[in-house]
Amino acid sequence: MSAIAETSILAGRSGTFGKVSDFFWRNPKILLFLMLAPPLLWLGIIYLGSLFALLLQSFFSIDEFSGLVNYEFTLATYRQLLIPSNFDIILRTVVMAALVTLASAVIAFPIAYYAARYARGKWKVLFYLGVMLPLWSSYLVKVYAWKLILAKEGILTWVFSKLHLTWLLDGWLALPVVGGNSLSISYTGTFIVFVYVWLPFMILPIQAALERVPGNLVEASADLGAHPAQTFRHVLFPLALPGIIAGSIFTFSLTLGDYIIPQIIGSSRLFIGQAVYAQQGTAGNIPLAAAFTVVPIVIMGFYLWMAKKQGAFDAL
Amino acid sequence: MTTAVLFDKVSRHFGQVRAVDHVDLAVAEGEFFAMLGPSGSGKTTCLRLMAGFEQPTDGHIEIFGETAEGVPPYRRNVNTVFQDYALFPHLSILENVAYGLMVKGVSREERLKAAESALAMVKLPGYGSRRPGQLSGGQRQRVALARALVNRPRVLLLDEPLGALDLKLREQMQEELKALQKSLGITFVFVTHDQGEALSMADRVAVFNEGRIQQLGTPEEVYKRPQTRFVADFVGSSNVLAPAFVQSLGYPARYASLRPEALSLGDGTGERKRVTGTVVATSFLGAANRVTIETGSATRIAAMVPASELIPEQGSGVTLSFAPEDLHLMDEAA
Repeated sequence: MSAIAETSILAGRSGTFGKVSDFFWRNPKILLFLMLAPPLLWLGIIYLGSLFALLLQSFFSIDEFSGLVNYEFTLATYRQLLIPSNFDIILRTVVMAALVTLASAVIAFPIAYYAARYARGKWKVLFYLGVMLPLWSSYLVKVYAWKLILAKEGILTWVFSKLHLTWLLDGWLALPVVGGNSLSISYTGTFIVFVYVWLPFMILPIQAALERVPGNLVEASADLGAHPAQTFRHVLFPLALPGIIAGSIFTFSLTLGDYIIPQIIGSSRLFIGQAVYAQQGTAGNIPLAAAFTVVPIVIMGFYLWMAKKQGAFDAL
Repeated sequence: MTTAVLFDKVSRHFGQVRAVDHVDLAVAEGEFFAMLGPSGSGKTTCLRLMAGFEQPTDGHIEIFGETAEGVPPYRRNVNTVFQDYALFPHLSILENVAYGLMVKGVSREERLKAAESALAMVKLPGYGSRRPGQLSGGQRQRVALARALVNRPRVLLLDEPLGALDLKLREQMQEELKALQKSLGITFVFVTHDQGEALSMADRVAVFNEGRIQQLGTPEEVYKRPQTRFVADFVGSSNVLAPAFVQSLGYPARYASLRPEALSLGDGTGERKRVTGTVVATSFLGAANRVTIETGSATRIAAMVPASELIPEQGSGVTLSFAPEDLHLMDEAA
């Protein structure tokens, strides 16, 4: 029994390191402060500060003759957002973001459900790899790869012709708005690539939410006489809703702000991100660019407020 | 009497594991039927087969004469009280209880009224507006019971419903469950690993081990006349005696069980069998002391000695005696 020490209080670790750890043990709040201060300063000053500067810019206007920013508070720039050509950009982007979010949620749910409920061991690893792998490669490479896939001479056209379904593809492309010369220069193409690129951001939060739903709730629902569709509507969906909302915040806001996908794939009509890019770059109209940037922020704020009102976060 | 649940050579295998293996049983209508066994003995799988969460690998199941295999849980007029209650966290207590009626399309007014009276039945009137998270374990257990009973099931399945409650609450719930079952006349099938619970509540007990039923009978039969060593050992720590020792006492050479409370200290009077040995352990159990002796042939025998009697010291030699008919020979030979 030599392992038992003679004293009941052990000698402290010597040196500065020992003193420091004893000090932090006695004053845990100081340690917490030291750990949180740098990231909070970063967020507070650099991130929120620049956001505030951006907001401020949107209330300035540009002098049309000199092209210089006029530092007087005005709502003129916001009024400019409402002229038809600019308002179309906003409407187009919001509708696209909404559709992309909806489609992502519908596609993601079964995948997330499978991963949360049935995948075990190596299948779970495979699931995470499958979902995350696309995120490892460059975003630009993926988008250009999709341009090739969707092009008139691309593999998708070839597959449709081999399946004798060219009429279906042509029929779709002949439709107004969603159609075009080929998929790669249509809204449909933009939509497909948006859904592909943002899908992981929808799958993971839903999977995390479903992971926390005990399996016996589904059994209890069935036991009480609920058909699978009723179990989905009354148990699974409400409990997964925080995850769906979290995922939709990603897909919705990422689509609202993206300017690369619609530039490479799609009809050449602008989205908000492209408008911001054009206004602050070539046009040099920083106030208008800032005003365009405020639009997604306001929309997201409104969206979260609505979600909260609908009780989407009650199950958190 | 009508048979509520019938198992005909039912097996449920998970890969190589035979969770349930050739089980035959018949639960009578209105009966309080307990399935008793250690964890992994197949009792819960049997319950899940009745509920429809599992499908048998082999065999035939009937519920009130109708074939049950291939029938999903939501088409069975059978309800379950889950081990950890499985209350819906996003619904109020009243909505939880009314859930079964809601999915069946009962009008809102009617189902909330039924749920309210079901809550009153389990002594939780006025708790409807709370959330499951705001209730104690015992209260949640009652809600789970009300949620199942409001559907008027023909069979109520209970999966270790009292397992998570503390002793006092558990004893109280045992009595309430028993009274509820009597007044409603619904068939109860109850899974437990607590032999005291099974014996005190059930009309009949099926003792499970390794996927099979070891013995099926009334609590008294199972307790007093265990058919196998496992049952003797699991249902109330009986002394299981080896054939050679049993033979030395003047019985046929078979395994036998001897209840600790059948043994008394000293020679006793009249026609009694006697064993002598050295005291190796004593423990105080409240109403009685358990005295364990070791005989010359290294057989350990425990006896229950009333607390009023003097307890022999450890290491001292004592004689224990019992009435000859209290030794129960089991089916298993040497």
